[in-house]
Amino acid sequence: MDTYVHLVPWIVIIPLVGFLFNGLFGLFSESFQTRKTLIGSIATLAVFIPFLIAAYLFILMQGDSESVSVSLFTWIEVGDFSTDIGYRLDQLSLLMVLVVTGVGALIHFYSIGYMADDEGFWKFFSFLNLFIFTMLNLVLADNMLLLFLGWEGVGLCSYLLIGFWYTDMAKSDAAKKAFLYNRVGDFAFLIALFMIFQVIGSLRFEDILNGTNLFTGEQVFIIGLLILIGATGKSAQIPLFVWLPDAMAGPTPVSALIHAATMVTSGIYVISRLSPLFMLSAELMLFVAVIGAFTAVIAATIALTKYDIKAVLAYSTVSQLGFMFLALGTGAYVAAMFHLVTHAFFKACLFLGSGSVIHAMHHVENKLHNEGKKVHFDPQDMRFMGGLKNYLPHTYKTFMIATIAIAGIPPLAGFFSKDEILVMTFNAGMGAYGEVYIGLWALALVTAFMTAFYMFRLTLGTFHGTFRLPGKIKEAKDAEKYLHESPFTMTSVLWVLAGLSIVGGFIGIPNFVVSTFTGTADVNLISNWLDHVTLNADLIIGKEVEWLLLFGSVVIALLGVFTAFRMYDYNQLEASDAGISEKLGAIYQVWSDKYKLDEIYEGGIVHPTIRFSDRVLAVFDIRFIDGFVNAVASIVRFIGGVMRYFQTGLVQTYAYGIVLGVIVIVAMLLFR
Amino acid sequence: MLEQYIPILLLICLAIILAVSFIVLSHVLGPNRPNSNKLGAYESGMDPIGQARDRYSVSFYIIAMEFIVFDLEVVFIYPWAVRYQEFGAGTFWSMMLFIGILFLGLLYTLRKGTFDWDLVHSRAKKSSY
Amino acid sequence: MESVNELVTILPAIIIGFAGLLVMMLDAYIENVRLVFRTTTLFTLGALGIAINDMFGHSGEAFYGLITYGGTAAFGAVLVLIGTLVTVILSRDYLEKTGSHIAEVYSMILFGTFGMLILVSANNLVTLFLGIETMSICLYVLAGLVKNEKKGVEAALKYFLLGAFSTGFLLYGMALLYGASGSTFLTDIATLDDKGMIYWAGVALLLVGFFFKISAVPFHMWTPDVYQGAPTTITAYMATASKSAAFVAFIFVLSRALPEARAEWGDVIWLFSILTMVIGNVLALVQDNVKRMLAYSSIAHAGYILIGLAAGTDAAYSAVLFYLFAYTLMNLGAFGIVAYYEWHKGLDFTEVKNYAGLGFKQPVMGVLMSIFLFSMVGIPPFAGFIGKYRVFAAAVDEGLISLVVVGVLASAASVYYYLRVLINLYMHESDPGITLIRPGVLYSATLIILAALTIYFGVKPGDLTNLLGSFKGISY
Repeated sequence: MDTYVHLVPWIVIIPLVGFLFNGLFGLFSESFQTRKTLIGSIATLAVFIPFLIAAYLFILMQGDSESVSVSLFTWIEVGDFSTDIGYRLDQLSLLMVLVVTGVGALIHFYSIGYMADDEGFWKFFSFLNLFIFTMLNLVLADNMLLLFLGWEGVGLCSYLLIGFWYTDMAKSDAAKKAFLYNRVGDFAFLIALFMIFQVIGSLRFEDILNGTNLFTGEQVFIIGLLILIGATGKSAQIPLFVWLPDAMAGPTPVSALIHAATMVTSGIYVISRLSPLFMLSAELMLFVAVIGAFTAVIAATIALTKYDIKAVLAYSTVSQLGFMFLALGTGAYVAAMFHLVTHAFFKACLFLGSGSVIHAMHHVENKLHNEGKKVHFDPQDMRFMGGLKNYLPHTYKTFMIATIAIAGIPPLAGFFSKDEILVMTFNAGMGAYGEVYIGLWALALVTAFMTAFYMFRLTLGTFHGTFRLPGKIKEAKDAEKYLHESPFTMTSVLWVLAGLSIVGGFIGIPNFVVSTFTGTADVNLISNWLDHVTLNADLIIGKEVEWLLLFGSVVIALLGVFTAFRMYDYNQLEASDAGISEKLGAIYQVWSDKYKLDEIYEGGIVHPTIRFSDRVLAVFDIRFIDGFVNAVASIVRFIGGVMRYFQTGLVQTYAYGIVLGVIVIVAMLLFR
Repeated sequence: MLEQYIPILLLICLAIILAVSFIVLSHVLGPNRPNSNKLGAYESGMDPIGQARDRYSVSFYIIAMEFIVFDLEVVFIYPWAVRYQEFGAGTFWSMMLFIGILFLGLLYTLRKGTFDWDLVHSRAKKSSY
Repeated sequence: MESVNELVTILPAIIIGFAGLLVMMLDAYIENVRLVFRTTTLFTLGALGIAINDMFGHSGEAFYGLITYGGTAAFGAVLVLIGTLVTVILSRDYLEKTGSHIAEVYSMILFGTFGMLILVSANNLVTLFLGIETMSICLYVLAGLVKNEKKGVEAALKYFLLGAFSTGFLLYGMALLYGASGSTFLTDIATLDDKGMIYWAGVALLLVGFFFKISAVPFHMWTPDVYQGAPTTITAYMATASKSAAFVAFIFVLSRALPEARAEWGDVIWLFSILTMVIGNVLALVQDNVKRMLAYSSIAHAGYILIGLAAGTDAAYSAVLFYLFAYTLMNLGAFGIVAYYEWHKGLDFTEVKNYAGLGFKQPVMGVLMSIFLFSMVGIPPFAGFIGKYRVFAAAVDEGLISLVVVGVLASAASVYYYLRVLINLYMHESDPGITLIRPGVLYSATLIILAALTIYFGVKPGDLTNLLGSFKGISY
């Protein structure tokens, strides 16, 4: 293993080279900007080669291999504090690298087709490469500070890419919103860093994980809480999740890569990385679990009411991330990472599939415009879709596979990972704060039902039934003739991801499924892989209970699917929604209004802050601080103006100055 | 002790006698036909009367500079010439190097036309002077 | 023939001296400026390579103790040669574009560099004086390079007169020290027991001479006029190479000849450091001409460097060397870009307001200028920050808190005038009549390398600081 460790820096360097190459050439050469195939290929290769390296390392590495660190150079050295640009390769980071580069490479490839007509093609790809670079820094860092650099870096890239079409005010506002909400979390994260340094005296993971006994219980709780707040910002959990749905303003591949598969999982990664620290406090774990479960259910309820396909997927992402946090909170780090991986597959597939749909709808709109018809509709709105399965067969099939996967129907990927989380939550119900965990388990079960339900609502509404656009807008008659499947570069990626969504779950088949028949079993690959690097809670419950839970979750999922088919097949989308809305009344309104969270933040925090700064701080600033600064500045300028008179331009004056200096020096030395 | 300085004393006396005798002799023997030019102050052939800030040809300065440079170098060569045998080959070659560099300087000024009095017709007019 | 073997210790100087003579002859007999340029560049590059190699070699004294080699002396040579190399490369395009491309420039630069190389390795007052004078005379000539430019000629004359004036003090100082100690060797002077009036007067006048060369206030007044009047690339040469050489020699004199008087000259430098920082920065604030501003900024930088000398420990000296390195990089770069902008509208195109909106016209140049200026302000992650930080840290270790406070405040004030250039480059409407030519590959590559080094040593100063920290013993 050690002999191949020198490959690790290349994983990080190659995307950086890709970023610099495309970025610099694009910036300085207009002709380079038009060579889109070249740009796209370089960017894709810059992610694919690191993937190959990671795959090679993966083959070499065993489940029980010790972690290795490689330090490139000393980054900061201040007094006793020293931080390297150093990378730590272990099972956890390698798994993340594989996901980031693997899914990343696929999405890069997909984007070549998706962004083909965009003017900022080169910019897009250089930003994507920069993102991959910072994300890899985040997951490979061997110390918290480098991780924080990556953490901020992905935030920056997310900002750049959400606001990629920055001429649209709404999109650039969405970018700002994402950035600001992230900053709130980052602030807490930074304080956690300081506190860790204060206790341990180092920010290296090795020192932190070996030194967990140096923390007092109170410190563990506070540090853990601060890291959790940081994670809720980055991974879109209560209370900071509201930015993620808005972040869908970015190009769809960005949503797939950053806001579904990779960046938003960094919070989960960090908590898994620090699992020995989190496991020290049962209260902290409970807190994580509660946040996760409530986020899951709240996001799922909002997702029920949305018509924008990307918005549904966004809330679904929030909800699934909630599941992962729930898993973290129950000490099931393996389960969280497992769900992270499978989620990356099917959610990327869903987003890219929605991208394919939007692409097609956009095309329709453009064609209608070319005909001279003034038709305006939202190409992301489900209500104008329907029946797309006949026009976009590949997109439909892959989207369906991914939907089945996320709904949790065996044997697709999502089933195994979600079931594992449910089992572990129930398992945690046997330990400390058991009643609460059982409650959370029930909540998660409800969420699982809703997940299956709203995901099928989305799929059926989009692909089944008939094409509704011509019925809604008169000018768009016969518009279906413009619908077409996306190019091969896009659909091939969809199929790869769909394939992964099918088989991805087999890396985590629970041992009891096999051991019931054979006595013993060792088939849970991901658990074997990660057991060494994360500190997991023990499984207490017996096989029988596990089987029961497994069947329970299958039944729940199937129930959700069945209900969705009953209500939403055959163009019943809006009618059924109206029915639900009537039945639930105010509650549905709350869901549809996203719990008024945006308004609450606006009214409760933003406005009072602005008013306070306006009335109090601004006055203080202008009167006192600016006044003081201006006074200093004008005094200095005045002195400078006076001094200028001595700079006469005459040699005599200058010589006089020298003589004065001589007198002073001689006097100082002679009359000491 | 003071005896060793007698030759110097003699030399000084000789110098005084010679100087005085030359002046006196030229006064006595020389023809004496004064005119206004001859009575004017001697300024190396220049008109002694006129603006104090007159412009001189730059060639004067250059020649003067060259003279001083080469003249001063002799100061280094004299002591070496007297004693070089005692110091050996190293000192000899050092001085050769010194003279060589000096010679390069001479070649340079020669090529640049320092010694062409009539700058208008020399090739130096297109170079930097 | 020990001294023949010792020639290798001053190999960079020999190469540069030989190149100077060669270039002079090429100019006279072949009259091909391009050839002269190429020869100069190649020889300088060679000398730089040897000097870099010398840094890692052993150090000692040679020629009966007249010079030292290796260690700090070699690092000084590297600084000087970097300055020379960049000046030579930038000068070709600049002088061609401004119409005064004559071959004498290169021989004068080479002779000047020869003087600096002697200066940085001087271990004897006479060697020191030879170095300083060889360097200065060439600089006087270079300042007045553009003969039909009134300001340039005026600058040259002023520089010459005041330089001669200060050299007088320097020479008197040396003479008095010789009189007091009976030796011109730095280390012999250090061992003097009986420090009388003559000794102290000698120290005072020696300090005056150095203060003039590094343009400390109030010996600085020639600096703005000369820096503004001289051709810009030559200004870069004066501001970097000659200053680095003077500072390295200053370190040698202070640490080798006057270690026992540290308390006394420490006080003097303390006072003049404060004066230099305050007045340099305050006057830079009110300048409207970028070259003048950079001149005052270089005065201010000399003030920060003097903090390190006032501290007078090995750590402080190595911090000063690092500062000089960063200073060399960023000043060469900034003057290089000022020179580049001058290509287009002639020599007076250096007012701050001339720069309005130019940052977007040639984005590479704009970005490079920003990097150099930010580095001068002392903002991480640029080398200038590390330099300042290390000098200040060394001074704090010696308890010179008041100096560091002034230094920090002064550099905070400096943000104003550096950013003013950037604000003009980026935030003002540009004159539509100006179109910028794309600079040649060599020109822009040189500037980009300087910027890259500025960033590199700002991010990863460790190796260099370790190297500088290892220069001890004989070097100081």
